[in-house]
Amino acid sequence: MNRSWWIKNGRLIDPANKVDDQGDLYIVDGRICPPDSEVDRAQLEVIDAAGCLVTPGLIDMHVHLREPGQEYKEDIVSGARAAASGGFTAVACMPNTRPVNDSSAVCAMIRQQARGAAARVYPVAAISKGSRGEELAEFGELRDAGAVAVSDDGLPVHDSQLMRRAMEYASDFGLAVIAHCEDPALASGVMNEGEVATRLGLKGIPTAAESIMVYREIALAEFTGKRVHIAHVSTAMSVDLIRAAKARGVAVSAETAPHYFTLTDQAVDGYQTNAKMNPPLRSEADRQAVIQGLQDGTLDAIATDHAPHSSLEKETEFDAAAFGIIGLETALPLSLELVRQGVISESRLVELLAVNPARILGVEGGSLSPGAVADLTIIKPDDRFVYTAAAIVSKSHNTPFLDRTLEGRAQLTMVAGELKFSRQAR
Amino acid sequence: MNTGYFFPHRHILGIDHLSREDILYILDTAESFKEISARPIKKVPTLRGHTIINLFFEPSTRTRLSFEVAAKRMSADTFNISASTSSATKGETLIDTARNISAMHPDIIIIRHSFSGAPHMLARYVDAAVINAGDGAHEHPSQGLLDMMTVKEHKGRLHDLKVAIVGDILHSRVAHSAIQGFTRMGSSVQVYGPSTLIPKGLEQLGARVCTSLEEVVRDADIVMTLRIQKERQNDPLLPSFREYSRQFGVTKQLMGLAKPDALVMHPGPVNRGVELMPEVADSSQSVILNQVTNGVAVRMALLYLVMGNG
Ligand SMILES: [Zn+2]
Repeated sequence: MNRSWWIKNGRLIDPANKVDDQGDLYIVDGRICPPDSEVDRAQLEVIDAAGCLVTPGLIDMHVHLREPGQEYKEDIVSGARAAASGGFTAVACMPNTRPVNDSSAVCAMIRQQARGAAARVYPVAAISKGSRGEELAEFGELRDAGAVAVSDDGLPVHDSQLMRRAMEYASDFGLAVIAHCEDPALASGVMNEGEVATRLGLKGIPTAAESIMVYREIALAEFTGKRVHIAHVSTAMSVDLIRAAKARGVAVSAETAPHYFTLTDQAVDGYQTNAKMNPPLRSEADRQAVIQGLQDGTLDAIATDHAPHSSLEKETEFDAAAFGIIGLETALPLSLELVRQGVISESRLVELLAVNPARILGVEGGSLSPGAVADLTIIKPDDRFVYTAAAIVSKSHNTPFLDRTLEGRAQLTMVAGELKFSRQAR
Repeated sequence: MNTGYFFPHRHILGIDHLSREDILYILDTAESFKEISARPIKKVPTLRGHTIINLFFEPSTRTRLSFEVAAKRMSADTFNISASTSSATKGETLIDTARNISAMHPDIIIIRHSFSGAPHMLARYVDAAVINAGDGAHEHPSQGLLDMMTVKEHKGRLHDLKVAIVGDILHSRVAHSAIQGFTRMGSSVQVYGPSTLIPKGLEQLGARVCTSLEEVVRDADIVMTLRIQKERQNDPLLPSFREYSRQFGVTKQLMGLAKPDALVMHPGPVNRGVELMPEVADSSQSVILNQVTNGVAVRMALLYLVMGNG
């Protein structure tokens, strides 16, 4: 398979090298070539990227691929295909599978399934055995089996001592600890607590449920001197807490998801189960604070929390519906909306979607540096399309953005110089 | 009745989608049906040949009976499906149940469900008209309407009244429907209860939250108390009934602060001596039994109107 390319006429966005310029990019044998190197151009296949952004491959550091155990919702191959069509060249998959990914066997199985898939798949292993929140999983063995981080995502670590030990022990193996911050007792509702929940008669989840746990993780990271990564930030108070912690030099990083900067709890109106997720959609003030956090550097990454569910879990009463929405195919256009609104630059967008996720997870990619592995995404920012059920690549269709007109999407993705997705070819 | 008005609703899912005009029309219709219940032969042929299914996923004696009496007085055929006998216990989803029932071509489905929004979902899957008989903590529209009918009978109007609601506002679909209804009709609603039972955002829904029993009851035209439950799903809302009755119970003495002709209301069943003292529940100000009587009339009106008779 060809792994040598001449990408012409694109706008190269490479914040790691402070590049935002029109230019050509040469890729030879799956690696990026220096612009002045002696390349035999005749040997290269040409890609015309006129009108497009050429960026390091986008990395989604928070997805649920449901394999093993719930392949009717998604599997590694289908999830990777959805990722590629959304512009992602790599994803990190959360361990809340069945069985939970708390063993080298599950890590190995995931990596096996991901061979030849349309995107790199990095396993995130469990913090605790079975994600039961009792005993630490074997981080060393999990790291050796390919895990890039640990998390009990979906089942917040209740025991503060266990969380402290996780941060300490994970540092011995260079693993990021990713914290799903929700106080379980406070977070027993089904949507954001506020006027909309009261009007709909639905049980609320207060913003404090998240902020309390965000502060706990910050306090533990600060005390131990270890690092922690806060998943899917949804509240203004969490943003404030993280901003203040960073100012004090605490090793905290954080992500948010496109739905938190795009929607509010008003989207639940009419008992829309595709607007039900954990943490829940919040108020307009929270949404604005999240946008501010993306702009000023408080939040490091945009991750989708891609959480596929079938109609069995979603076409039901709101209280009975599963939490979570798919996000791989909508993250890029929703994030580009922030660029169009002038909130962030294209370079900042690439930091949020590629550079920082690579840095936090400690994986390759995130730059177009000479010699770097050729994971890249070509994005047509003005490509308008209607996101219909028929066009969804993921196995599941649980999205509040169905039938919306979106703008900007990936035209092509490449992993180590191998073409993984091309919109023209489809 | 006003001419040129057509009742526009196929389903009755909540007071929130009823306009002022809709509410007055329903109450006028109910008023005209009320007389039927006073006749020696309490039956009219209006809904003869119509099939009505009472689909109750939550135990209810009063509301179900009231709907059934209403349906029978209009000569409809009624069938009761309650949670214990329904397929819900067999793991069948609400959608499956809805489709199954729908296949039998009922004209009206009356649903009570512990999940807010369940009637809305049902309405999307069946051809029948759907009437919400109480969904979670969301709404109980027929209760809200019978409350308004009772007030209108006694006060001659629904506007410029001061309505006090005391108790568990957080979980009360009755309170939510009353707040929507009375504010829409131009009255003011104020609420009070333990802070554990006052939900966020009530002000945006049009209710003023008071800080004492005295404040909420003072000069009120209507004092509505709600049934209290001590505990819900391990949520420690109240320490005891004993304390509730002492700190939040509506007493005769407290009623002295309300207008002299204030009405005492309660959706029933009353925890006597807890949220409402017996001497208040049984006083001449109490219209609790009128509420029950009007409940049948309002429900007859709703059955009549959703069948396209408006
Ligand atoms: Zn999570």
